[in-house]
Amino acid sequence: MSTARVLVGTRKGAFVLTSDGKRQEWDISGPHFAGWEIYHIKGSPADPNRLYASQASGWFGQLIQRSNDGGKTWEPVGNKFVYDGVPGTHQWYDGTPHPWEFKRVWHLEPSLTDPDTIYAGVEDAGLFRSNDGGQNWHELSGLRGHGSGPRWQPGAGGMCLHTILLDPANPNRIFVAISAAGAFRSDDSGQTWQPINRGLHSAFLPDPKAEVGHCVHRIAMHRSRPEVLYMQKHWDVMRTDDAGENWQEVSGNLPTDFGFPIDVHAHEPETIYVVPIKSDSEHYPPEGKLRVYRSRTGGNEWEPLTNGLPQNNCYVNVLRDAMAVDSLDSCGIYFGTTGGQVYASADSGDTWSAIVRDLPAVLSVEVQTLP
Amino acid sequence: MIRIVLPAHLRTLARVNAEVHLEVEGPVTQRSVLDALEASYPMLRGTLRDHVTQTRRPFVRFFACEQDFSHELPDAPLPEAVASGAEPFLVVGAIAGGRRP
Repeated sequence: MSTARVLVGTRKGAFVLTSDGKRQEWDISGPHFAGWEIYHIKGSPADPNRLYASQASGWFGQLIQRSNDGGKTWEPVGNKFVYDGVPGTHQWYDGTPHPWEFKRVWHLEPSLTDPDTIYAGVEDAGLFRSNDGGQNWHELSGLRGHGSGPRWQPGAGGMCLHTILLDPANPNRIFVAISAAGAFRSDDSGQTWQPINRGLHSAFLPDPKAEVGHCVHRIAMHRSRPEVLYMQKHWDVMRTDDAGENWQEVSGNLPTDFGFPIDVHAHEPETIYVVPIKSDSEHYPPEGKLRVYRSRTGGNEWEPLTNGLPQNNCYVNVLRDAMAVDSLDSCGIYFGTTGGQVYASADSGDTWSAIVRDLPAVLSVEVQTLP
Repeated sequence: MIRIVLPAHLRTLARVNAEVHLEVEGPVTQRSVLDALEASYPMLRGTLRDHVTQTRRPFVRFFACEQDFSHELPDAPLPEAVASGAEPFLVVGAIAGGRRP
């Protein structure tokens, strides 16, 4: 029987949760890297026992850890992230120029085909790649060098490159998203980039329809239709059917269209999930009710999923990288909260339960479906 | 022999349980001590000082002989008591907690 392995990054360490295909009983190991911020852990699709973790500390900076045995043991690999050339400046919060400074790795995206190739999205926003299992990192500087960098600015969490999507049908195509710059696409393996933000509207910009500057929180793709992307923006849930050339709002009947994560059902490319959050300054669920919203129509028509989730006095947040889906026959949905719970549904979101409680604040959740 | 005391998180990273003992060639300075430390424990590269500029990370402090050497020049000699191994060179995480205000 297939099993599920959930990789949880928290403010104070990493946890690995495993279960059989029923996903009722969970074994928990951790904390790994106790006391360190683990922004993200992800396994290689080409070798599920190869895991990478982003480990960081305000005292001691950035480390990258690698496991070859599914998270039982780890070894530190390369942590030298140096921007290519003269980094230049981006906008600071007050609109003044501010030099690019590396702060941390937000997201690690292993290649779909090679366990030793991995991409890293970093703050201040940039994209790095390693071709030797994380030992050495090189910036794909065409992204920062695209020309719009001086107009990028930090969101409340910093100016981070948080989403990296590799097109399973086109090995040369990569999508990334940056807060607050927007979404970008490369069709030449990351050498050159174009902003893909037509249709986005952001009231905090002098020109709300500007080419760049949008605070994209997350984008998601179903591997069977890589030209269709879903986006949770600072406000608004969006969709594109042409690889980002044009976006349409699909917030529909959501109680609020602010939020952070968005994800797609493993077997139903028109079924998507978001967690509405009250507002940009009130990062908790509306009415104190933790509700995942599901659309089975690719957006616009949404239904609340509440069975098993707290429906009163709940004021946690769900961060952008803290939702994932497994690919078991009955698709499992997972998300972690800033209150330290990881909730799971083994039935596409109909019913939920906490598979672990009282962890440190959850920064990221990934899940691997193992044979 | 130079004695170095690392903070707990870096002892875990370097997989050492107690003081680190190192031989340093030439003058004993912050730079020569840290160079020797990183040569023996390469996983510590980048955790104490910037990879490129080699400047001390802002929330890392260097103490010895009940004095703060954090703001001394990297090539300034450390006390003879450190060079002789009578006193350890202490690497300390700042009490501020690692987050800029």
